[in-house]
Amino acid sequence: MNAGAILTSLVDGLLIGVVYGIAAMGLNLIWGVMRVINLAHGALISLGMFGVYLLFSGLGLNPYLALVLVALMGLLMGILIYAIAITRVINAPYLSTLLATFSINMIVIGLGTAAFTTTPRDTGFSLGNVEVGPLTLQGTRLIAALVTLIVTAILYTFLYRTRTGKYIRAVSNNRSAAELMGIPSSRILALSFGIGTMLAAIAGGLIATFFSFTILSGDVYQQKSFIIGVLGGLGNPLGALVGGLILGVLEGVLPLAMPNTWVPVIEFVLFILILLVKPSGLLGGKK
Amino acid sequence: MKQWLHPGFWVALLIVLALGLAPIFSQNAGLRETGFTILLAISMAISLNIIMGYTGYVSFGHVVFYGLGGYTGMYLMDTWGAPLPLAVLGGGAAAALLAFLLGKAILRLRGAYFALATIGVNEAVRTFVSNFKPFGGPTGIELQFSVYKQYGGAADALWLTYYGVVGIAVFALVFSYYIKTSKFGLGLMSIREDEDAAEVMGVVTPDTKTLAFVASAFLPGMLGVLFFFKNGNVEPSDAFRLGFSIESLVMIMLGGQGTLLGPVIGALGYQRLRGLLLTSDVMIGSLPLKDFQLVIAGLLMLIIILFIPAGLVGWLRQRFAWLRRILV
Repeated sequence: MNAGAILTSLVDGLLIGVVYGIAAMGLNLIWGVMRVINLAHGALISLGMFGVYLLFSGLGLNPYLALVLVALMGLLMGILIYAIAITRVINAPYLSTLLATFSINMIVIGLGTAAFTTTPRDTGFSLGNVEVGPLTLQGTRLIAALVTLIVTAILYTFLYRTRTGKYIRAVSNNRSAAELMGIPSSRILALSFGIGTMLAAIAGGLIATFFSFTILSGDVYQQKSFIIGVLGGLGNPLGALVGGLILGVLEGVLPLAMPNTWVPVIEFVLFILILLVKPSGLLGGKK
Repeated sequence: MKQWLHPGFWVALLIVLALGLAPIFSQNAGLRETGFTILLAISMAISLNIIMGYTGYVSFGHVVFYGLGGYTGMYLMDTWGAPLPLAVLGGGAAAALLAFLLGKAILRLRGAYFALATIGVNEAVRTFVSNFKPFGGPTGIELQFSVYKQYGGAADALWLTYYGVVGIAVFALVFSYYIKTSKFGLGLMSIREDEDAAEVMGVVTPDTKTLAFVASAFLPGMLGVLFFFKNGNVEPSDAFRLGFSIESLVMIMLGGQGTLLGPVIGALGYQRLRGLLLTSDVMIGSLPLKDFQLVIAGLLMLIIILFIPAGLVGWLRQRFAWLRRILV
């Protein structure tokens, strides 16, 4: 094995890890603000994939332009899901929100399976390869990582530089105190949920530009998001990006040392161990 | 002893017995197949109810015990030529052992963290078994046809598994009622209501929770062996299907968590509905209704969670005081 191959898998892993990270960021944001584990996350990732696929293959729209539309639809879907399934049970025991989001997952996946079947899809989109020294990188993956970083930057500016962002952070810190300060908490919760699902849809859309997928693929990435969430600290959006990088590197480098099928075993064992030792995550969760 | 005279227990037992004995008296193979599915679901729901309904710990990984038990039993039969009853006990023991080893560790986690950990455990075991050579790796274990010969051929073996599942379902119900009315059960319910208060009142919570986890794990372990013996082969994706865990959760929510009769009614109702949907020839647009099975299950669950979180039995008990004497 030469150094070039190792370096290529490492960088490939990093690029994909950032995209995983943005999916996990959505999950983390929702957990951080309202203590809900969103089990419909995978379904939204799948919808993002199909959104970009249909707009690109059906209407011939550029995938990155399609991504903007998909993001917007993800935001609206999230607000809708919040209004239908979550607002009634937001203060009920956590089982209710787990099962409510899971039933949304079932409904979306069920409708998706009926409409699209489970045959694998591929956008067939390519931007060629980029050669950097000894590295050969896929253009789509580079752009995907770039888009992720831009979205993260926008999210941070939004959370830390705008009034609404401040409201979100306030509700996340202490909902009742925020309400006493006159913050419309139910609207803020709906918006946060919408942003969380928007990030899932963006991640799905980006993954669709370089991997083939089915309507069920979202579940795989949802589980990766859980692992990343725990790695980076549940409720800590920036931690998700770091967690994504760690997972990406593991996925890039581990297959060089062991058969590919052992990689998920390592990932899930790591997940359980971190939960047991430090449930707030390696990097520390929400304070 | 007094608790065994409660009519609620006999109502539940009669329902399970009636369901279980009908195919035996009619000797009808079609009825037996539906009966098998329903009793399997009932036993899964009853066993999950011990940790979820009584103790208040929501496990999304109940199927891990079913899968691991099934694999252990199939391995014992295939490699060591163990007879079915021994394999069933072996499957139950393997599941109980896993629950015991996991219990002390993951039951320290509360709420959503526990739920997440159970998903992780199921995935970890599934991916591990896919790589585990003695269990046949990704292709799993397939039984030789000669295995069925010692039970008088495939047809008799099917009846044998049916008697097995009837026995387990009846046992599960009695066992669940025994726990519910015992001092141990009181400990579990006090943990559900307020774990810290329970501990202050002298419930040794880590041991009690672990024991409850073991009690809820060995039944699916035995059921897995029966199911995969009947099926003839076992594969990682069938054995550790997360959806099966969720279906058990839905059945409990439908019937009413923490009640004795709830899981029975919930499992029966869910399986009947599923059967109706699968055989229905109603069309929605150009698609048959059965393609929407998942959507309908999801809608049903959402409605229950949003509007009747106590489930059918729980709701009836709240609504009609006199029913509390015959429904537990």
